[in-house]
Amino acid sequence: MTSTPLVVLENVNKHFGDLHVLRDIDLTVNSGEVVVVIGPSGSGKSTLCRTINRLEGIDSGVITLDGQPLPAEGRALARLRSDVGMVFQSFNLFAHKTVLQNVTLGPMKVLRKSRTEADARGMELLERVRIGEQADKYPAQLSGGQQQRVAIARALAMNPKVLLFDEPTSALDPEMVQEVLDVMTDLASEGMTMVVVTHEMGFARRAANRVVFMADGEIVEENTPEEFFTNPRSERAQDFLSKILTH
Amino acid sequence: MEAFLSNIDRVVDGFSWTVRLTLFSAFFSFVLGILLTAMRVSPVPLLRGLSTAYVEGIRNTPLTLVLLFCGLGLNSALGLSLHDRVMWDVFWWAVIGLSAYTACFVSESLRSGINTIPLGQVEAARSLGLTFTQNLSLIVIPQALRAVVGPLGSVLIALTKNTTVASVAGLGVQEASRQMKLMFDQGIAPVLPTFLGFAIGFLILTLPTGYFFGWLSKRVAVVR
Repeated sequence: MTSTPLVVLENVNKHFGDLHVLRDIDLTVNSGEVVVVIGPSGSGKSTLCRTINRLEGIDSGVITLDGQPLPAEGRALARLRSDVGMVFQSFNLFAHKTVLQNVTLGPMKVLRKSRTEADARGMELLERVRIGEQADKYPAQLSGGQQQRVAIARALAMNPKVLLFDEPTSALDPEMVQEVLDVMTDLASEGMTMVVVTHEMGFARRAANRVVFMADGEIVEENTPEEFFTNPRSERAQDFLSKILTH
Repeated sequence: MEAFLSNIDRVVDGFSWTVRLTLFSAFFSFVLGILLTAMRVSPVPLLRGLSTAYVEGIRNTPLTLVLLFCGLGLNSALGLSLHDRVMWDVFWWAVIGLSAYTACFVSESLRSGINTIPLGQVEAARSLGLTFTQNLSLIVIPQALRAVVGPLGSVLIALTKNTTVASVAGLGVQEASRQMKLMFDQGIAPVLPTFLGFAIGFLILTLPTGYFFGWLSKRVAVVR
């Protein structure tokens, strides 16, 4: 693995009204690295994830992507976002477009690819997430797990430098979690740079290079999954793990 | 009824103007309505303000006043002409007045449609790198339109009936209600059957419109 810093957050702070949701966050994600962010609800992990493509603005601090600071708005921000793929908890597939159209929209409208080229690449990605046969259906006709795999294909179609996952399996029925995690594990092993906010500890152990533990808007602990799960240093992490790892 | 039927060519001619007023005004109010909505949700405060002021101003003005302003104000008093032939001149002024007025209702319907779209749709579009305009034209407006096909049908029906205000407001378009009044004034038709005949004429135009939009609304509805 290379160790070029791709996403760098320095001293990032954010408030929602009186609530200080991100406190002096410093985080570096290297190219090819899979960073899993875990922590109790309300710890700011989703907000952290969303600041990286500026779906949430920040109050202070600096976020850079590939050495470039995030632009505040306009076309420059749009261009930057096209380099950062995002997968949401609630899938957010475009409800009025077919599965294939969902995947080809970005490449055609943002990257200005031809329909033929976008369709070919779109089908290839849908096959890769094992959902090619559903290409002409509408999102509402698919199961949650299928929708989330389409959402991953949609993000991949932009050839992003980094993929952000904001609790990608939290809205899924239990039997559909695995099919999504399998796709994510494949991506991780292929060297995709990923930031994953999740409660799936199995995935964190298996696929993460690094685990970031957040509580109350702070990064409390950062470590390899092995070290973190077997030997958590902070009390809060110990407490958190004891509550979720009951077996 | 016979007197009414013997004048059927005038009735048909009247309704043909009604239909033309409706179609042209529907087209322009639709285009202007979308533009107003786009301004209303834009990140530029000036555009938002202009759109709000326009919609609230015109929507709360009686249509008669809007059309009088077009006819007596702009056309007669200021002498602005849109066509050499008077018949078409008043027609286009009526279209402008009706479009300006109806656009407010199109815009308000669309805006309520936008409110039905989950924020996640917009966030997903943003995170793909779509610009504000692309987001609006590819994701937001298409979904909003599908959500408000029914209400837009009501706006179109109201527009069809509102065309009758054009002649009352001094724009002498020979539309159906003006033909009716002329037939009364010339004493060539008994009042009740003529009223009934014209009322049925409007039903023939508006009832299918309502059913068509009801059908279309189900057809294009976005399933979530």
